[in-house]
Amino acid sequence: MVVLYSLQLAAPVAELVDATDLKSVGRKAVPVRFRPGAPQLCMSSLVVNNLTVYRGERAILSRVSFELGAGRALVVTGSNGAGKTTLLRTLCGLIEPEDGELHWRAQKLSFRDAEYHADLAYLGHEAPLKMDLTGRENLRGLVGLRRKVDSRDVDAAFGEMQATSFADRAVRTLSAGQRRRIAFAALSLLGATLWVLDEPVTNLDRAGEALVQSLLTRHLSNGGMLLAATHQPLGLEASLCDSLVLGTVPA
Amino acid sequence: MSRGAAAGSWQAARIVLQREWLLAVRRPAQVLQPLAFFAVVTAMFPLGYTPELAKLRAIAPGVLWVGALLASLLALEHLFREDASDGTLEQYVLSGQSLTWLLLAKTIAHWLLTGLPLTLMAPWLGVALGVPLSAATGVMGALALGTWTLSLLGSIGAGLTLGIRRGGVLLSLLTLPLAVPVLVFGAQATELAIVGDSPTAALYLLGSLAVLGLTLAPLAAAAAVRIGLE
Repeated sequence: MVVLYSLQLAAPVAELVDATDLKSVGRKAVPVRFRPGAPQLCMSSLVVNNLTVYRGERAILSRVSFELGAGRALVVTGSNGAGKTTLLRTLCGLIEPEDGELHWRAQKLSFRDAEYHADLAYLGHEAPLKMDLTGRENLRGLVGLRRKVDSRDVDAAFGEMQATSFADRAVRTLSAGQRRRIAFAALSLLGATLWVLDEPVTNLDRAGEALVQSLLTRHLSNGGMLLAATHQPLGLEASLCDSLVLGTVPA
Repeated sequence: MSRGAAAGSWQAARIVLQREWLLAVRRPAQVLQPLAFFAVVTAMFPLGYTPELAKLRAIAPGVLWVGALLASLLALEHLFREDASDGTLEQYVLSGQSLTWLLLAKTIAHWLLTGLPLTLMAPWLGVALGVPLSAATGVMGALALGTWTLSLLGSIGAGLTLGIRRGGVLLSLLTLPLAVPVLVFGAQATELAIVGDSPTAALYLLGSLAVLGLTLAPLAAAAAVRIGLE
């Protein structure tokens, strides 16, 4: 397993990167490394260095490094099984990495720090919804763990995702795309800075994709950050997006 | 982006409890099944063993306790399983709240929906086994403390078996041996209550187990759930 790395760095940190540090070890393209000790961190940015994840004996991710500034998106692509989901779940602290460090807002933290988690929102393949509850009850449950919301905010969030008409139906009766819209309505209320999204536009129709696109654009313009694994284009402005390609070498 | 005030621990716990309650209301079968199981199992003994109340009274503590233990094990399998498969547990981990605290809230909800109803049923089922209603306080006190400890012990086992497809049997094998002290002291307290002695000593021991469980089990359950989610 090899990690190919292609990433334009966010402007404030770009000049701090030592380009000569780009090495090749065997057939592996080694990610950009930062000069140790350099004052490389800017406020409200995410820096991940040398992230390595093993599953048993197999390296799923090998020395992945990247960084993300405020108002920017990192789009993770790669073939099936390249480790996109593993990368996102590791960043969320759901998988213990073998190696790697995290700097969040100029602080070195662990992937499991509550302080970091409070700024982070993760949306996986499946919308994290309870089938027997309505969209509104689900949203209150998800958001209520983090912050107090009043019903006006909830209504506004459903309105924005055009989900008002089915917000009070049991999730069991909703289509996959409708569930996704409810999950995005919840995401928009969580108040997290870093959104980690796994295949965010799967199952959505054209209108839904456009709604998500405008939600993501607004999140970025408010200084938020986005890390998304996707096969489909998100429709974000190219100047805001960096790309990280995870790849496999033929065995 | 609307950003309300951050939620405190108590609000988060309240949200978890509310959610569990709503789910129980929407899916009453899941709550009623262990209770029905308990009722049916205890009702089998007068039929299968003897209708003589004096003989039944001698085995009543064991029957009530084993029945309650197995019934709460039935319910334990669901403690974290659905939450793990629909992604709710991941959201708990990432909520910025203490996972230990949220799982404790969840375990409390679980006990309120299984252990407590089992406790309230026991004296009435005991009547069929020749247990006098005068023993009800002792029987219920012992079962309340015992099922509470069992819910806590079970939360560790339920966390550990998250990653296993059919973890029900393994969960029983993990939890039941740990529940032996609860069973011993619980059955003793019930026995004493039935014969009319004071069950206080045994209740104290059960209480200490309950407190020990409360202090340690949520920490272990949180660690187990983190491993289970990987």
